[in-house]
Amino acid sequence: MLSTPALNYNLLAPILVVLGGALLGVLVEGFVARAYRARLQIIIALLTVATAFGWVISIRAAVSQTAAIDSVSTDAAGTFLQGTILALAFVALLFFTQNDHFAPQASALPGSTEEKEATLSGVQMTEIYPLVLFAISGMLLFPVAHDLITLFVALEVLSIPLYIITGLARRRRLLSQEAALKYFLLGAYSSAFFLFGGAFLYGFSGSLSLGTIRTAVSTPGSNHIFLYLGVIFVSVGLLFKVGAVPFHSWTPDVYQGAPTPVTGFMAACTKVAAFGAMFRIFIVAFGAIQSDWRPVFVAIAIVTMAGGAIAAISQRDVKRTLAYSSITHAGFLLAGVIALSQIGLTSMLFYLVAYGFATIGAFGIVTLVRDSTGEVNDLNRWAGLAKKSPFIATAFALFLLSFGGIPLTSGFIAKFSIFTAAYDSGNIAIVVVGVLSSAIALFFYLRVILIMFFKEPTDDTVTVAVPSVMVSVGIAICFVATLVLGVYPDLVFNLLRLPTLLVP
Amino acid sequence: MNLLTLTILLPLVGVLALALAPRENTKNIKLIALSSSVVTLISSLLMLTKYKFGVTGFQLVSSHNWFKVFNINYAVGIDGLALVLILLTTVLVPIVVVGGWNEAENGRWSVKTFYILILILETFMVAVFAATDVFLFYVIFEAMLIPVYFLIGGYGRGDRGAAALKFLLYSLFGGLLMLAAVIGIFVVSLRQGHASFDVTQLSHLKISHNTQNWLFLGFFIAFAIKAPLFPFHTWLPGAARSATPGTSILVLGVLDKVGTYGMIRFCLTLFPEATKTFAPYIIVLALISIIYGAFLAIGQKDLNSLIAFTSISHFGFIVLGIFALTSQGITGASLYMVNHGFSTAALFLVGGWMIERRKSTQVADFGGLQRITPVMAWTFFIAGLSALALPGLSSFVSEFLVLLGTFTRYPAAAVIGTLGIVLAALYILILVQRSLHGPLQAGNEDTPDLNLREKVAIAPVIAALVVLGFYPKPAIHTINPMTSQVLTQVQVSDPTPLAGK
Repeated sequence: MLSTPALNYNLLAPILVVLGGALLGVLVEGFVARAYRARLQIIIALLTVATAFGWVISIRAAVSQTAAIDSVSTDAAGTFLQGTILALAFVALLFFTQNDHFAPQASALPGSTEEKEATLSGVQMTEIYPLVLFAISGMLLFPVAHDLITLFVALEVLSIPLYIITGLARRRRLLSQEAALKYFLLGAYSSAFFLFGGAFLYGFSGSLSLGTIRTAVSTPGSNHIFLYLGVIFVSVGLLFKVGAVPFHSWTPDVYQGAPTPVTGFMAACTKVAAFGAMFRIFIVAFGAIQSDWRPVFVAIAIVTMAGGAIAAISQRDVKRTLAYSSITHAGFLLAGVIALSQIGLTSMLFYLVAYGFATIGAFGIVTLVRDSTGEVNDLNRWAGLAKKSPFIATAFALFLLSFGGIPLTSGFIAKFSIFTAAYDSGNIAIVVVGVLSSAIALFFYLRVILIMFFKEPTDDTVTVAVPSVMVSVGIAICFVATLVLGVYPDLVFNLLRLPTLLVP
Repeated sequence: MNLLTLTILLPLVGVLALALAPRENTKNIKLIALSSSVVTLISSLLMLTKYKFGVTGFQLVSSHNWFKVFNINYAVGIDGLALVLILLTTVLVPIVVVGGWNEAENGRWSVKTFYILILILETFMVAVFAATDVFLFYVIFEAMLIPVYFLIGGYGRGDRGAAALKFLLYSLFGGLLMLAAVIGIFVVSLRQGHASFDVTQLSHLKISHNTQNWLFLGFFIAFAIKAPLFPFHTWLPGAARSATPGTSILVLGVLDKVGTYGMIRFCLTLFPEATKTFAPYIIVLALISIIYGAFLAIGQKDLNSLIAFTSISHFGFIVLGIFALTSQGITGASLYMVNHGFSTAALFLVGGWMIERRKSTQVADFGGLQRITPVMAWTFFIAGLSALALPGLSSFVSEFLVLLGTFTRYPAAAVIGTLGIVLAALYILILVQRSLHGPLQAGNEDTPDLNLREKVAIAPVIAALVVLGFYPKPAIHTINPMTSQVLTQVQVSDPTPLAGK
């Protein structure tokens, strides 16, 4: 007699709501006339994300291991991560609405008459919205998953829609499709690595559950070869997702090729989900052998911080610059994982919030700088942007200063707390390299500010589009969040002042 | 509200008023900025009535929770050193506004933005000296760079964007090293059971020798860049060449003092052991600064870079006084900070007016101004004399104290330092000779003399130079308790003079 497993629907609701919204979106694609789709889809997407966010808030105090038979943990860190993903996704979706970012018909070959006709008809693919919702549902599951199969499923659910929407840019479609293919191939490899590692861990412990793996890890006398192989391969899969050196090479191409609002969404939300999952796996399953993997991770964090910062200096394209900057930030975030302490976790969570809002805001502004053919990503053509639109330039400067970790922005508090966590855990090397990479990184953040503020406008064809209401709201949220969290960080830290953030 | 906090916040009220004022009426905007800075000055003077002189420790303290996870507080308080530096700031800002009445007109942005930046900077400058929480200090230390960046890049001359970027990168690089050290000392306090950023509590920590050395260097390099000390000075001449006179006064007169102030407040009191380890090396750097700055000043053809290099030489004296670790040395260095603030202000103000009239920054272009514009020439001359530490003007007292304090511990260093005074006479007198005397340069015939506004601006500066020169006692009396407290903290006492040596 097969008994059905008991599911705690209340605790799983945020994920289910988003999945439901995504399915509804698919139905809309099938049954609603093209003229109404875009409007309807964005409403559904925003409402879905808002509902899920509300639900996350209502279950924020819940602590449980059994929401889905030991496969999903509910705890403060998990709900915080879910809330962050949803809040960031909501803001990111606001930027999808203005201008035409997406291909009219993905199947039309670039340059074909078919494509021209589709472009002339003025339509955009609205399948974007359900795809984004699917990706969000995967992201919500990823950081709370408590066994390797659930982790893998979440990883795939979050990745596959992203592979698709990366290739849907309206302009420079070949670049976009190349990015999508690159992302897909490398992503598939990394998923395979993750699965491979999972198999070794199963072989080592006889279980897929993180809790059982932990018990096996701390049992003396077991064969640790399989464990180490498992840790290595699982790490490769996760490090790929966060874009850490040496698994970062996809990042600049994908960030550049993807439609810009998608880049913002991907850069912010994927990092939140992946770092959340990484922290959980390493503290729950591999915490007992941290002295073994820590040196490797310290090395990876160091080359990621320094590599991203150095590579960013020579970039001329704003999206590639931001991509390399996100690699540097992945290095800083790794410092929180390595610390593997309460303060490390808290700092990492704050960092993700701070970084997420600044990133989405920055990419949102990139969508507004345009000429007659579409977005202008060449930094040299951004000269004198402050003259054309002081507010937009100021907001962009604030996001850059936050990336650079200038005090009174959220990025500074984030950097300060994560370095404190690293120093506290004895990894002074990370602090030193982190500080030096910050200095290098500042060079290109400040250069962009210099170009915007201190250069005369050279190119009159470049204009700053007047932001729509939704986009203005989006920029305003990111701006206020960056400033307020820099001045009053306790707003977020107070949510995290709990004895147990993360159930083992 | 605490009077100190009020002084910190008052310029922000001015910022708010400016933000609401229409940008077209520039006269109105300047008046708002002026009155706001004057009100701030009055508020800072009122602190004198509440301040108990001759008492050690921080006064007018107030503390509020800010960032609980790391026990970070908005904690402010002043001792003698902080008090005189805050007064220097609040006095100089109205002078800058009056003296540079028209300097914002040709900027990249509006006059309104210029004064908003100036007033934001004033808030930061007062707060940075008032902060007794290391984290708060760090935040302001870094944040205050941003308004300066835009002041240089938006309103300066020549290659202003590059100069602004260089200034900011240097300062931020130093700041980041300091951030590592700030985190380091916090973690030390965390491990010893009372996580804190309070400077007094941190000074009681027992830090291992090795850790002290590294943390000391983190703080010191940041302050040495800011001060600027050789070999970290290379950003200064460019910034001084590009900035408007008002900005230069605030950067060299006040902002750079944060470096030397920080050396006393943080390097000495938090890391006494490391201070004693590094003091001889720093003395060497200070001497190089003195001589090197003076030599380069002699060779400069550009008026602004000349003043910048004289400042490098003077900052050498200040650092020399601090790390001689004697009571005369530290008191002299502290007094030197104030005097240098006024004498640089005078040089940049008058120099700025000369440049404004002549539309040139080359020293050689000003020849013969003495006969055409006697008042301007005389004020410039007095400012120059103050820079070369003529007895009777304030710089003399402080330079004398510094050399005296240095001599009791490092006689050779004091002798070499004295060479700096000779060179100072050289660069100032050559400057005066080239720019004011000699044959009249073509184009200088119709140069107008100082107008009433300019006289009003320069008068208090000259007055301060003279009064502090003849009667420095109140200032020294204010600073002394701080000096003795710092020396107790570092656990050194003045060397007893050896008879017959």
